[in-house]
Amino acid sequence: MRYIEPHGHMVSRTTDDYLDMVTAGCAAVCEPAFWAGFDRGTASGFRDYFAQLTEHEPKRAARYGLPHFCWLCINPKESEDVGLARDVIATIPEFLSRPTVLGIGEIGLNKNSKNELRVLEMHVDLAARHDQLILVHTPHLEDKLKGTRLILDVLRADSRIKPGRVLIDHVEEHTVRAVLDRGHWAGMTLYPISKCTPARAVDILDVNGTERLWMNSACDWGESVPLAVPRTALEMRRRGWSASAIDRVVYQNPVRFLSQCPNFRLPADA
Amino acid sequence: MTRAQVLDLYFMDARCKLIEIAAYLDRLDRATGEADFRAQAFRDALRHLASDGAGRAAEVLRSLSDPTDQPVDKAPGKGAVGAWPG
Repeated sequence: MRYIEPHGHMVSRTTDDYLDMVTAGCAAVCEPAFWAGFDRGTASGFRDYFAQLTEHEPKRAARYGLPHFCWLCINPKESEDVGLARDVIATIPEFLSRPTVLGIGEIGLNKNSKNELRVLEMHVDLAARHDQLILVHTPHLEDKLKGTRLILDVLRADSRIKPGRVLIDHVEEHTVRAVLDRGHWAGMTLYPISKCTPARAVDILDVNGTERLWMNSACDWGESVPLAVPRTALEMRRRGWSASAIDRVVYQNPVRFLSQCPNFRLPADA
Repeated sequence: MTRAQVLDLYFMDARCKLIEIAAYLDRLDRATGEADFRAQAFRDALRHLASDGAGRAAEVLRSLSDPTDQPVDKAPGKGAVGAWPG
């Protein structure tokens, strides 16, 4: 089996995880910029992080033969400080020409505040000005439904944004339809407690089809499972999905969306 | 999938989770302390399990969600607790 891990915070993981992922059939990993678990205090701290994502981490993954790509932004969890966010966003363009950068992400909302919305609009503007793909984080738990609606409104308000170049992540049963109906791609995150279990993710595919949907582990420094995508592929197999239908969801769909970025290239034998 | 196949794959897992929920509610009843909006939100969400038709998961998620539509003035921290305090 082959699969793409379209959302993994690999700087928080060990090399054992790289080994396991490649052994399970991972053909590429994509790493959105994320919150470190504490607030970075300066734009230069983010500059170092962007260097880690674009220089160091691709080398670490390459030791296991795994292509590594990334997305850049200041995460919604750090968007309450608009001044810092503005400074960080100003540094991003110098990294956009690096060969493994896929676009702007994971941007979005966390607690649905006015400042978070302002920073989201700044990110969307940045992506539009530089013709970048967008990866959107939707809020957690009780904040997800409202946050998803607010995010969809921001995206619709900017006429430069093409819906098919935006993936809205962490959808669940109550948000997936709204995302797909607006023409965006939707991502399901497979977490042990919050977000989707493998069984529920396959339910969402059963109900909504496989068009413009992908799955990811969003593995990070918290409770998460780097092999969640291949384990969900196993769940699909148990439920009678064919190998080609599974391949469409865990490999071909991510390739279709990500290939809109010219930097996303896989070795010919992937 | 047939109903029999779904039951073969998921009945024991669902049974386990059902008993876990029952035990959690018993545990909560035995505990002391103030009432909490999370406990009430959970009981409200349970009502959707007994409803007919599809979409129970979405309804449970909606019932635990913030139903308002305007951004808040300032983020009250970073975390979420799983139910809307109102």
